[in-house]
Amino acid sequence: MPVYDGKELRIVGFLCNWCSYGGADTAGVARFHQATDLRIIRVPCSGRIDPLFILKAFQGGAAGVLVSGCHPRDCHYAEGNYYARRRLELLKRFLPVTGIDPERFEYTWVSASEGPRWQHVVQTFTDRIHKLGPAPLLSEPLTDAEMVEFQRQVEAGRGCGCHI
Amino acid sequence: MKGLEELKDKIHEILPDLDLVIGWEQGYDGLHATPLFIKTPEDVDRLIIGPLCVHNLATYLPGLKDKKVGVIVKGCDSRAVIELLQEKLINKDNVVILGLTCDGVINLTKLGRKIGSLGAVDDVKVEGEKLNVVIGDQQHNIAFSEVKQDKCENCIYPNALVFDHFIGEPVDRVENVGAEHQSLSDFEGKSFDQRFAFWKHEMSRCIRCHACRNACPMCVCRDHCVAMTRNPHWLSQENNVAENWMFQMIHVMHLTGRCVECGECERACPMDIPLMLLRRQMNRGVREVFDYEAGIDAQNRPPLLTFKVEEDNISEREW
Repeated sequence: MPVYDGKELRIVGFLCNWCSYGGADTAGVARFHQATDLRIIRVPCSGRIDPLFILKAFQGGAAGVLVSGCHPRDCHYAEGNYYARRRLELLKRFLPVTGIDPERFEYTWVSASEGPRWQHVVQTFTDRIHKLGPAPLLSEPLTDAEMVEFQRQVEAGRGCGCHI
Repeated sequence: MKGLEELKDKIHEILPDLDLVIGWEQGYDGLHATPLFIKTPEDVDRLIIGPLCVHNLATYLPGLKDKKVGVIVKGCDSRAVIELLQEKLINKDNVVILGLTCDGVINLTKLGRKIGSLGAVDDVKVEGEKLNVVIGDQQHNIAFSEVKQDKCENCIYPNALVFDHFIGEPVDRVENVGAEHQSLSDFEGKSFDQRFAFWKHEMSRCIRCHACRNACPMCVCRDHCVAMTRNPHWLSQENNVAENWMFQMIHVMHLTGRCVECGECERACPMDIPLMLLRRQMNRGVREVFDYEAGIDAQNRPPLLTFKVEEDNISEREW
């Protein structure tokens, strides 16, 4: 049973293919209960993660972003996570000035065998995001009336109003 | 800034070996300086230096990489030259650096708030700590410190850090060492929600003219900027708060560990968006984590191009 059934927030997770994605799989295969708010994006290595990915997720309204890679010294590509660690740490220290609570972003290391740790990370992070609530939005979502109009225009084959 | 005659003599001396020397000249009125490209000895006469010479001329260097160029730099500008050298974006053999010492440059927005209109200024003179602005038969006397650019407030590099020829006598600003910019601590008094609302408002004013990018000495990608690419499509052409915000985030992220805080982005911004706030915060992180400052030594290794297995200032968070 999902913990926040019906009240999920959107949390984006960037997981490296070799460790954390495997760790999440281990947790799944072992049928560990975890919150279902996290949407996982698999990347080849935590070194592949451009800090802009994370900012883009926040721009799109993500309530939280979690990055997870191989433990230091365990990177499949030997040193990708060392570079990632530097970038992500700077991003975390930069976030306060934008007004995005740095608690909404976290990076950690989970290996492929650490199913219980993965469960713990997901649950802890999800709980933390739920305490913070939904993210502040840069653009207001469409109102119901606008959605109806949107629907009408799409059905009329005109595309949405902003692109006519 | 002192030593105009000395500087002119030096330019006359080196000009024969160069394609051009970049400096400043008086613009269309008494208030604006504009970049001057000196190609002939006659051009040298138009050269000016002083508190109106706001432009960071290092911005032109990557575009003139294959030419022999002389460039006149203030302390802050020289850091941009160092950073460009460090990243091998310019070739030291092709650049002759004329270093100045600087007492601060004027922020036209601040001046405009003081004197009302900037429309018809005939002359601006600095006499010690006083600024004398002449508009027709009116005279305004203003304290120079009140209209200096923000970056000058905590400047610790008034003298060019790299130069082939140094003009004037170096001054020091030791009193500012270690001082963080006031704007950052003021901003930290706000809550996260207030900060977010602040940027939302500022980004709603952004017209995405790309002046911040074009004035930035470190933005060397020009036509290959990721903000313009369709694949990956980081930004659409839509002009809304979210897209403007993302554009500024791209700019900050691509300046991580490279920004020398020359303040050109903020100066060039026609909407006066306080972009330096973002850069100061990022640079604070770079300073705290890596004890590194960009544009100080061309031999330094940029912090994001290297790593340590055990980082000194990054603690692994326990879960």
